[in-house]
Amino acid sequence: MPKWLGQQTVTFYQPPVVLSTASVVGPKEGEGPLGQYFDVVKGDRLLGQKSWELAEKMLCEEACDSAIKKAGLQPSDVDFFLAGDLLNQIITANFSAETLGVPFLGLFGACSTLAEGLALGAMLIDGGFASKVLVGCSSHHDTAERQYRYPTELGVQRPPTAQWTVTGAGAVLLGTSGPGPRITHATIGKVISMGIKDPSDLGSAMAPAAAETIWQHLQDAGRTPDYYDAIVTGDLGAVGHPLCRKLLSDRGVTMPESFNDCGLMIYDRAKQRVDAGGSGCGCSAVVFTGYLVARLIARQLTRLLLVPTGALFSPTSWQQGQAIPAVAHAVALEIPS
Amino acid sequence: MNQSEQQRQRAYQRAAQAMQPRRPLFRNTVVAFLVGGLICVVGQLFLWLLRSRGLPPKEAVALTSGIMIFWGALLTGLGAYDNLGRIAGMGAALPITGFANSMTSPAMEYKREGYVLGVGARLFTVAGPVIVYGLVSASAVVLIRWLFLAR
Repeated sequence: MPKWLGQQTVTFYQPPVVLSTASVVGPKEGEGPLGQYFDVVKGDRLLGQKSWELAEKMLCEEACDSAIKKAGLQPSDVDFFLAGDLLNQIITANFSAETLGVPFLGLFGACSTLAEGLALGAMLIDGGFASKVLVGCSSHHDTAERQYRYPTELGVQRPPTAQWTVTGAGAVLLGTSGPGPRITHATIGKVISMGIKDPSDLGSAMAPAAAETIWQHLQDAGRTPDYYDAIVTGDLGAVGHPLCRKLLSDRGVTMPESFNDCGLMIYDRAKQRVDAGGSGCGCSAVVFTGYLVARLIARQLTRLLLVPTGALFSPTSWQQGQAIPAVAHAVALEIPS
Repeated sequence: MNQSEQQRQRAYQRAAQAMQPRRPLFRNTVVAFLVGGLICVVGQLFLWLLRSRGLPPKEAVALTSGIMIFWGALLTGLGAYDNLGRIAGMGAALPITGFANSMTSPAMEYKREGYVLGVGARLFTVAGPVIVYGLVSASAVVLIRWLFLAR
């Protein structure tokens, strides 16, 4: 039987199960509205390390370790480790994989990496190539600042469209059976650019990709938005999220009130000075592993469509005047009642 | 790219533009004026103090700059100047304390890559363009003066 559905969607016959998840975040994320849902909240962003990069690696390793332990397993029980982050040559994922010692495939999908990992992990498992796959994602405010923007201590006024890179890491352990939420579908997005060139307005750059993937997912699966208890994008923020809603409504898809965005959920924008909201690989990773999975397990949600979005640019590409292309992947999860 | 695709992109860019929150220009201008002005007042107080202790004008001005650079660097090191910059924008960037911030922050950031490849190579990441174009425009002004005014 084909596992291919419509144009861009795969469906799983033995839907892979989320065995365990773990989330480790920085202090600002801990102070946010979802603070109580994260497994570990760190007291500072440097974690006693010599560099921001080493601190991010610590976050990633701790999340991965914790997810494996929560499932009562050892790293040697895991068949593949799929991970990614925002840094050049995905060093956080590479170095964490060295520590973990599990066969590793590095991913880069910018802030959409979590969905890329979940989709590929689910394919590996349903394809019979693995029985346990660990997916890890991380970002760090200061590693991202210094790579994409300015030295962290430089006094710069942020435009109101700018987003705040989440300091945090999330890990998901996928397996073949268990009582947890299962991944039923994944829709792989196309890379889309609408000519937005402003790197401090990534919400506008990513909204078309999110809208396109959500639309395509609904077409392929033959569903309406009401099928899901929640459709949650990754980090479109206060500018991109309403734009995405508008783009979908232009195509005749009315999104329900429950349509939300991890970047809007993770911080209290009125109090935490994050301008348009959260962003980064860690944003959807910790909101999913900390909060959304907890709500699925508590059955406050039974059907979730997670749509993390990634802006696929580098400092070189935007300085050379190239527009910012973006991608979004959708992962559908359900919890058996 | 064909024409209809270009039109589609432009229409989207206009829609995105309309959704953008406005920069609070009035608030930013007032805060920049107050904070920038306050920094200058502090500098002036130091200048008066040094003059009253009998320092000649030229030396007093140079020493005042040195003192303000010290404060800018110290506040950067204490992690306070980036907050000031976020709130006050150009009001914090334009005075000489802002220049100190633009030199100290890369020094702190890139020290992790060592003193040669880090601090040495990247110290002027932020201040470099200001210095380069400052020199270029100063040269242009001098050239104009030499050609048209000095004779």
